Amino acid sequence: MIRQPEPKPEVLSRRDEIVAALRALVPPHPLSGESVIADPLRLKPYETDGLSAYRQPPLAVVLPSTTDEVASVLRFCHANGVRVVPRGAGTSLSGGALPMADSVVIGLMRMNRILEVDFDNRLAVVEAGVTNIGITRAVEERGFFYAPDPSSQLACMIGGNVMMNSGGAHCLKYGVTANNLLGLTFVTIEGEVLRLGGAHLDAAGYDWLGLVTGSEGQLGVVTEVTVRILRGPEGARAMLAAFGSVEAAGRAVDAIIGSGIIPVALEFMDRPCIHACEAFAHAGYPLDAEAMLIIEVEGSVAEQDELLARIRDICAPLNPTSMKIAESAEQSAAIWKGRKGAFGAIGRISPDYLCMDGTIPTSELPGVLTRIGEMSRRYGLAVANVFHAGDGNLHPLIMFDANDPDSLRRAEAFGAEILKLCVEVGGCLTGEHGVGVEKRDLMGVQFTARELDQQRAIKSAFDPGWLLNPSKVFPLAQAAG
Amino acid sequence: MSAPLAPAEEAGVAAAVAEAFAANAPLAVEGAGTKRAMLRPVQAARTLSTRALAGITLYRPKELVIAARAGTPLAEVEAALAAEGQMLIAEPPSAAPWGGGAATLGGVVAANLSGPRRISGGAMRDHVLGIRFVNGRGEVLRSGGRVLKNVTGLDLCKLLAGSHGTLGVLTEITLKVLPRPETAATLVIRVADAAAGVRALSAGLGSPFGVSGAAVLPDAAEGPLALLRIEDFASFVAYRIGRLRDLLLPFGESRIADAAETDALWAAIRDGAPLAAGPEEALWRASVKPTDGPRVLAALREAGLRGYLDWGGGLVWIAGPATAAAHAAVTAAASPGSFTLLRAPDALRAAVPVIPEEPPPLAALSRRVKAALDPKGILNPGRMRAGL
Ligand SMILES: Cc1cc2nc3c(=O)[nH]c(=O)nc-3n(C[C@H](O)[C@H](O)[C@H](O)COP(=O)(O)OP(=O)(O)OC[C@H]3O[C@@H](n4cnc5c(N)ncnc54)[C@H](O)[C@@H]3O)c2cc1C
Repeated sequence: MIRQPEPKPEVLSRRDEIVAALRALVPPHPLSGESVIADPLRLKPYETDGLSAYRQPPLAVVLPSTTDEVASVLRFCHANGVRVVPRGAGTSLSGGALPMADSVVIGLMRMNRILEVDFDNRLAVVEAGVTNIGITRAVEERGFFYAPDPSSQLACMIGGNVMMNSGGAHCLKYGVTANNLLGLTFVTIEGEVLRLGGAHLDAAGYDWLGLVTGSEGQLGVVTEVTVRILRGPEGARAMLAAFGSVEAAGRAVDAIIGSGIIPVALEFMDRPCIHACEAFAHAGYPLDAEAMLIIEVEGSVAEQDELLARIRDICAPLNPTSMKIAESAEQSAAIWKGRKGAFGAIGRISPDYLCMDGTIPTSELPGVLTRIGEMSRRYGLAVANVFHAGDGNLHPLIMFDANDPDSLRRAEAFGAEILKLCVEVGGCLTGEHGVGVEKRDLMGVQFTARELDQQRAIKSAFDPGWLLNPSKVFPLAQAAG
Repeated sequence: MSAPLAPAEEAGVAAAVAEAFAANAPLAVEGAGTKRAMLRPVQAARTLSTRALAGITLYRPKELVIAARAGTPLAEVEAALAAEGQMLIAEPPSAAPWGGGAATLGGVVAANLSGPRRISGGAMRDHVLGIRFVNGRGEVLRSGGRVLKNVTGLDLCKLLAGSHGTLGVLTEITLKVLPRPETAATLVIRVADAAAGVRALSAGLGSPFGVSGAAVLPDAAEGPLALLRIEDFASFVAYRIGRLRDLLLPFGESRIADAAETDALWAAIRDGAPLAAGPEEALWRASVKPTDGPRVLAALREAGLRGYLDWGGGLVWIAGPATAAAHAAVTAAASPGSFTLLRAPDALRAAVPVIPEEPPPLAALSRRVKAALDPKGILNPGRMRAGL
């Protein structure tokens, strides 16, 4: 089990009193019922997130419905020295929403209203608990969409996306969450309600929006988000190009970008991943390939044809083992089907898996995959790799058995070694899943002690008592204070 | 004032700041100093310039990444990119609004200055992948890195971009870049007035044709104009600009400007040239909700100021007399958006808030974050706000 800060005995011993106080602050919701959960059985769903190897029930869960309620809960926790863990949908893959025994979880899921859609200004104002896909659904009738599209988009919430600065398959063209935000309603640990940004681009002054985005629930609680919405292209279509070696696929990526084409998505899968996805989704993936690219382009049908033909001509000299250009939206969807189900596919062939998330300079891919293969043999654990090839974000999926403690231990060590390798070749520990608890003890691999001190000092500027999600991001020994 | 310190190495910058820290002696921080007349005047005995800290340190066109030391002239970075058919995505303004000169990359990033492509491609700060900087204690620190996707730790790149040297001295910057589009064209529409112009821009930006620039020039010689730019492969541009023209027919008679004219038009819009501001006049930029742009222009006109709109209506470039009354008019008109006093004589800049004031809890946070990076307040004191 991951190490947590010592629970505060004075908080644990006041549990009933704290729960009663929270009940007074956040009365039952007329439709959803009770707003404060303290019953151990009903706390279960909140004891873990997408990193389910780690579990810890909190002291209590509170489910506010308004910004004012969030502010009053934070004011209370601040006054009483109670630790707080904000939570959206709990899909974090880095344990970002993992509670502590003495913490109050603030769940934002009841704040799920779309407050405003403004097509003329290309923005939407939504509450933090609206799902990522919920934003697109609210604007798609006019052909608009919210661009960052994490694969968890059916479940994950915009507040969680902001706090993790989440990406998606289309961020090569459209950017990540930080690039698609205009404003936030943000509540500090003191319970002050701040409006950061607004309906305009680029507010003068310190870039609060930029600093808070990706801060993993450690600077404050987001209750409302103003996002940019974009008009979608006329259409989009995918192609598939398979190669006999990882190097050839890597050269194809270089050559495509080098030609001046920025595909809207450029995804890479290695052989184990192709096989797992094919067995799961029957997408027609080439089982003889060592590596496969999914390349998606946008525009009118004629533009799609031209771009796909150019990409085909770029790939041809690299001796692809096969290429398939989708002729229709259905064929495109079929090409994507396997990739979108990749995590589920691995879940079918292995009882458990760890999804790693380093980023590397794209030119390092062949060398890095060779070394991951060596590690896989050394640790005796299978691995499948998916890679956002355009932006260098690598997702090795390490397969293990959580019922076997030794298997989990080896998987963790394997994962840590991969992430160190990512840093060694010029990349970073996490491209989109965040540090959370999972990678906090590796932060010293990427940052110097002084750099971590500087980041901690900024966290302290927002939260001097280290009450907000304190066990995350920073190596534990030095976290508090 | 003694000669500026201009170390040729990062270690020299760190030493200079460490010395200032020990001596409690404020430093004016600058690159080439082209934007000295922006924001508030800085009271400091010494100036620390990054101009000697020059040179591109890494350029991997196929990875869409370039890194350069902070004092590298912007023009040098742009030329290196152009040689590989690439560009800075945010299309930052030149130093023309301040009378010209060779702006440095560090200065442009520290000011988070973005041009017309902001509307489609993002701000300067959006493309800062990594920085090296010296904080107010003289410590050399890094944030981000050289890869396109990175959420490891707090994003100090965005915090320092736009902080005008008040939180740290940037020494090296790594940026995401993109291929330069093969060609560009502009749809130029004669519109009834600015409000109609912004409606045309909203319709264009709400179309699937990928508009990468959207401006309204209310005082053009031919009358009010709405301009929409498309950049892409040549065959795509021809098709899209035609479709856009058909879509926007109801807004007025239009023509299509070719690539050469497009480049000249948008360079002018990028640099504030349509204002034709006299040297004695003040310049502002206000960032507002796009559909508020016309209302802001009208209010400014009442107050004897003039302006035009970029960013789909959301960026208002403003020129007028360098007086407290004119500044008050800009401040009032921009609300609830944001504004920046870009250029004015020292007396005005020292007397007024040059950017919007923050409500008390946010102002307190500003002071605490400033103290976390620059505990003695020695870096560009007072440049953004009095007393900070
Ligand atoms: C199958 C699967 C696929 C995934 N695919 C992707 C992907 O493609 N790209 C990607 O980037 N991520 C992906 N993720 C990771 C995860 O979905 C994202 O990190 C997501 O943004 C988390 O949102 P959430 O609402 O679940 O937040 P949670 O998991 O509930 O919380 C995440 C963090 O944010 C904090 N937090 C949440 N809400 C708030 C708030 N309102 N105010 C303050 N702090 C808050 C929490 O304390 C925690 O630290 C995937 C996860 C799964 C399970």
